[in-house]
Amino acid sequence: MSGDRSAPPVTVSAGSPRSAVTNGLDLAALLTDRATKVVVTCGSGGVGKTTTAAALALWAADAGRKVAVLTIDPARRLAQSLGLDELDNDPRRVELPADTDTDTSGELWAMMLDSRRTFDEMVAAHSTPERAEQIYGNPFYQSISTSFSGTQEYMAMEKLGKLAGTGQYDLIVVDTPPSRSALDFLDAPQRMSAFLDGRMIRLLASPGRGVLKVVGAGLTLFTRAVTAVIGGQMLADAAKFVQLFEDMFGGFRTRAEATYQLLRRPGTSFVIVAIPEPDALREAAYFTDRLQAERMPLAGLVLNRTHPPATDLTVAATEQLQQRLATGPDGDPQDELLAGLLSVHAERATTRDAELRMRRRFQRQHPGLPVREVPALPSDAHDLEALRTVGAALAGPVPVGPTPA
Amino acid sequence: MGHDAPMPAVAPSSADSGLPVATLTRPGWTAAHRRARLHVVSGKGGTGKTTVAAAMALALAVDGRRVLLIEVEERQAIARLFDVPPLPYEERKIAIATGGGEVRALAVDVEAALLEYFEMFYNLGFAARSLRRMGAIEFATTLAPGLRDVLLTGKAKETVTRTGHDNRPVYDAVVMDAPPTGRIVDFLDVTVAMASLARRGPIHGQADGVIRLLHSPDTMVHLVSLLEDMPVAETLEAIEHLRAADLPVGSIIVNAATGSRLPEPAAAAAGRLDADTVRDRIRALGADVGPATVTGLLQEGRDHAVRVLDEADCRRRLEGAALPMLQLPRLADGADLGGVYELAELLAEQGVHA
Repeated sequence: MSGDRSAPPVTVSAGSPRSAVTNGLDLAALLTDRATKVVVTCGSGGVGKTTTAAALALWAADAGRKVAVLTIDPARRLAQSLGLDELDNDPRRVELPADTDTDTSGELWAMMLDSRRTFDEMVAAHSTPERAEQIYGNPFYQSISTSFSGTQEYMAMEKLGKLAGTGQYDLIVVDTPPSRSALDFLDAPQRMSAFLDGRMIRLLASPGRGVLKVVGAGLTLFTRAVTAVIGGQMLADAAKFVQLFEDMFGGFRTRAEATYQLLRRPGTSFVIVAIPEPDALREAAYFTDRLQAERMPLAGLVLNRTHPPATDLTVAATEQLQQRLATGPDGDPQDELLAGLLSVHAERATTRDAELRMRRRFQRQHPGLPVREVPALPSDAHDLEALRTVGAALAGPVPVGPTPA
Repeated sequence: MGHDAPMPAVAPSSADSGLPVATLTRPGWTAAHRRARLHVVSGKGGTGKTTVAAAMALALAVDGRRVLLIEVEERQAIARLFDVPPLPYEERKIAIATGGGEVRALAVDVEAALLEYFEMFYNLGFAARSLRRMGAIEFATTLAPGLRDVLLTGKAKETVTRTGHDNRPVYDAVVMDAPPTGRIVDFLDVTVAMASLARRGPIHGQADGVIRLLHSPDTMVHLVSLLEDMPVAETLEAIEHLRAADLPVGSIIVNAATGSRLPEPAAAAAGRLDADTVRDRIRALGADVGPATVTGLLQEGRDHAVRVLDEADCRRRLEGAALPMLQLPRLADGADLGGVYELAELLAEQGVHA
């Protein structure tokens, strides 16, 4: 018999389980507030941004709002569950299985961003059909509309502006591209328009005009060097593109500026998503600082995939029990099971300690920023039901009955 | 550097229990892997490829060998991992491996690499700096998207083939923390990248050498994956594309795997554990626990078991790729420098050594 009956009793209590979960960020209030028109989820790659965006959108639709969710690169199975098998670059209505508690007056529309198509549409809107055709066929255009770093970010913002402009939705939830840095999408429109304004293209394509005296002879050399590297044809295509594009710059700039202003309006809220790991929290910290510096409307941080304990068994008690088990004879299946359960709990407690440490550090740097923890699901969310579970973890139960007008 | 990770990297296979534990059905690295000199490490964002690349460099640097760890994404992830100031564009010693070997790190800066070329072939001098300030280099690399990749792979090739006074290679191995799986084939398929470049000229000449190296047995591409749906899907897709492009795939490295801690995960996942039995057993050990405490304990066991079963599924899908599969545990304390040494030791146990 393992375990000494005469051993002193083990003290087990540690207060109520999950007590460490604080719900400072009230997403239910944010999503049901009629004044909230746009919610942007952002954060570094792999933290569950897309799932969070989809779950928030579904929650708001269940609460009776007409919601569009703009996803960037959803997991295949998540995309399927949202009916996004086909890329048509416009929102499609998602059939919502009726849940007894939900308000059926809500609607969920979902789309997956096609950057190239969004770019084409933008060109079409600012040019004549003939000129648009010429632009589509230009190799340089093909290159920037697909591979310029920042195109996707820019196009996500462009699409958001367009969806918001239709006035068809009560709420638009936008996922942001999986950038190298979470900050990329804020800077993308500006970088893109600086790039497209053509100064360098002109300089390189026709150095004879001597645009910049500072560089002088070095420029000619540089042009030669660049031509040697990337070839004259590419420069010629670029020059041709600038010509075709010239009239459009004004329109592009205005739109980029308008979208940026849309992001700063009171109806917009940013939700930063992170997981309790140093890199993700570092990105979240940069992002928080940046949004605050630019006076962007920041709702708070979703700390995703945390591991709050489900039981109040303390670490000390767990260790004591493990020791008492270990002194007993091997081979009892019940003891093996208990040993396993205790080791699962001990590991979870260690993980939890690390999480709380990281969270405290983040909150010391950003006092006052509301935080909402979302415990890790044992499996990925692939269907609407799982998304509803995530939504409930994010924003609590969906309010019953129609939301007040 | 000792490790006391509770889950062994290569779990002893307890045949009779039929556990979907971290049992490796595939061998680790072979002699062919150890002969390769350029190890390209890719993986979906968030899988820990930088940490794994660093651990691999440490594992390969045993017994007085010298290994270079190259970063190509300009995000200073290596400096952060090793807790040193941002790395300049030069090779710096950042770690000492077991037995006195050393790991140097290089954060490749595309602009600097391009200017290095221009300096070699055209004497730009002062003008180069002002052009850099004006964003001309970024412009050139944007204009020809392949240029960036050619410069980065070109730099890697230079370090692999560089020899010292004794005509021996300066580095015994070079480990590259490469772009994520979504970009890895474009990145390594220099032939395609060259289509956006001039047909002659210095870069073109070098690209030919890069192509030869990348398609030779001297190079191995390793993919880091988590046992989750999306990373697995991306890993399998990347393997298919790498093979189609005739690039040598070396191994899959499963990171942050959950080893099973329960004797019968299937029963635990299905919620078939009996709370009363567990509670009685705990009380017999001298702890007076209430039903809620036990229910919570079982809930945690159930979450764990569901995770373990999902991971077993993912592992089976990865096994379809018929590649050596290495496995690393989740570091409960997060990936810090100590963790990198721990992972290096676990990689060494699976064949990653000199």
